[in-house]
Amino acid sequence: MSLADGSVPPSPRPLVKLTNIRKSFGPVEVLKGVDMAVQEGQVVAMIGRSGSGKSTLLRSINGLERIDDGVIEVDGECVDPSQIDLRALRLKVGMVFQQFNLFPHLSAGENVMLALKVVKKQDKASCRAAAEQALAKVGLGHKFDAYPSHLSGGQQQRVAIARSLAMAPKVLLCDEITSALDPELVSEVLSVVRKLAEEGMTLLLVTHEMRFAREVCDSLVFMHGGRIIEQGPPAELFDHPKTAELAQFVGMVEAR
Amino acid sequence: MAYRFDFASLLDYAPVLVHGVATTVGLTLVGAVLGVGIGIGGAAARSSANAPLRVAVGAYVELIRNTPFLVQLFFIFFGLPSLGVRLPEWQAALLAMVINLGAYATEIIRAGIDATPKGQVEAGASLGMSGPQIFRYIILGPAMGKIWPALTSQIIIVMLGSSVCSQIAVEELSFAANFIQSRNFRPFEVYFVATALYLALAVGLRWLLARLGDRLFARAARA
Amino acid sequence: MLNFTFWDILSNLLLAARWTVLLSAIAFVCGGVAGLLVLLARVAPLRPLQGAMKIYIELFQGTPLLMQLFIVFFVLPLVGVETSPWTAAAVSLTLFTSAYLAEIWRGCVDAVPKGQWEASASLALSYGEQMRYVVLPQALRIAVPPTVGFSVQVVKGTAVTSIIGFVEITKAGTMITNATFQPFLVYGLVGLLYFALCYPLSLSAKALERKLNVAR
Repeated sequence: MSLADGSVPPSPRPLVKLTNIRKSFGPVEVLKGVDMAVQEGQVVAMIGRSGSGKSTLLRSINGLERIDDGVIEVDGECVDPSQIDLRALRLKVGMVFQQFNLFPHLSAGENVMLALKVVKKQDKASCRAAAEQALAKVGLGHKFDAYPSHLSGGQQQRVAIARSLAMAPKVLLCDEITSALDPELVSEVLSVVRKLAEEGMTLLLVTHEMRFAREVCDSLVFMHGGRIIEQGPPAELFDHPKTAELAQFVGMVEAR
Repeated sequence: MAYRFDFASLLDYAPVLVHGVATTVGLTLVGAVLGVGIGIGGAAARSSANAPLRVAVGAYVELIRNTPFLVQLFFIFFGLPSLGVRLPEWQAALLAMVINLGAYATEIIRAGIDATPKGQVEAGASLGMSGPQIFRYIILGPAMGKIWPALTSQIIIVMLGSSVCSQIAVEELSFAANFIQSRNFRPFEVYFVATALYLALAVGLRWLLARLGDRLFARAARA
Repeated sequence: MLNFTFWDILSNLLLAARWTVLLSAIAFVCGGVAGLLVLLARVAPLRPLQGAMKIYIELFQGTPLLMQLFIVFFVLPLVGVETSPWTAAAVSLTLFTSAYLAEIWRGCVDAVPKGQWEASASLALSYGEQMRYVVLPQALRIAVPPTVGFSVQVVKGTAVTSIIGFVEITKAGTMITNATFQPFLVYGLVGLLYFALCYPLSLSAKALERKLNVAR
């Protein structure tokens, strides 16, 4: 929920709050103290060159990467690296991957139902109802029994979105979810994300789709060298970059 | 449990163990060189245009891979004299090891050859190279580099399998162990030490072959 | 010298082949169950357990089956367990099989893409649930051809048990040879019997692998 000028209304407690996140892979420090807050209902895109740390940051929010230092808070649940209750965290944080990562041995419907059954312990009928609803939402209600190998990349990614949505997460992380798709399949996935944004879902995306970021996001975060060096409304960042790094990045992506 | 371990009594028999280890190592090294040689030849034959040759090599590979080494050994040592081929123990053992490894090596190396990109062969052919030249200069090196770990494992399996050569009185490590335990009646200590020696040989052989592979195929592996 | 016709030899070998088959089946089934436990411990997110299983596997893959057999055969009596060639053979082949199968299956677990772990983790599945519902079903599917292929090694491995006096095909062959002095014929038949047992297994392993590759 953003105001007309793109600024974020004051909120007592952000849905996602990252404080001084640090992370190294061996000798290489990829996150050098990142602070960030995402309000409920906000759509935030993280942009930057590959290797800038944006995917690592995203993956640390649901504990796929273990952070070395700092605090991650999701919906008031405080998670520090020493004592992470991953299960509780992941119930609140959904994730969609670049490579879809559908379970190939399960049908589309079974993909969606698995965690409902195993983690949420719902009975069969309500699992099925929730899965049908989630698949319908991404426009794939008729593909309930199809296996991933029989779906196009765009359809697979929409199933993956449905799979996350069915768990009713507080926030959905999207890690370059259109990067592995053929160009003609990108829009069907993006329109699903756009619809989620309009419905008020809190979204945190790593993306290279700059036009999409500009049109749909409330806020952009520009990462460079393991730090956030600019953030704000998309129009402001794209049209009036304050740093040379962002200006160069904007120039590079617009030249494409 | 009244049994008291006594490894010290083994010390008297150290020369027997050393002789056994040396025999096992010698058989394995010679067997490996000859067996891999047969494997390269067999793999080349398997991918040749000559159909009867392909079938013959295929039959050899399947026959060996689907029968126990011990039976192959007995057949060579006890059976072949009926045909007038009478080999001393160590030669029979070596022959069995070479034939056995040759079959597995054929199959392993062939898999490496099959993995050669078609474009490589076409590039060689378009440069006017003959079939054997393409095999020798373009296919073999990268293929060997690719399958070297699998070949290493197979050589170690053959080394461990050679323990049954004690049954035709080849004086290798297992024979030494049997001999010692028949004298000092300390089966546990003897077999424990012999097993540890085999383990050390396996680890050492793996290390050695890895270094060798690095030297021989470093360029191919980097490609 | 006794008079053995060809049929006498063959029928005696065939009778002994029952024990080869039975021993193989026991070793394969028990080794499979034990191997699954070893596998689970080998890939569990517990370093000491992983390390212990790694050593277990290396011990059995780095030493001759014959020595394993001797140790079981000669050591169990030392700790007061009565052993016959039959129990020693079954126990050592089971352990041997468990180590090899665990290692084969670990390769299959490793072959499941990392994204499958990550996706199931992101859905809040615990490690055990990820393993059970997502990784193992996929790993076991690709494990079928190499597992069938390994059964050939088990059948061939039973020949070694003849050395501690277990009467299966090879031992029967030796006994018949001693009575008939026809080693060429007898060991030839012994070899063919093993081939008859093993080759169908090898063929089906190959066929299964081809089927799996087509399905992908």
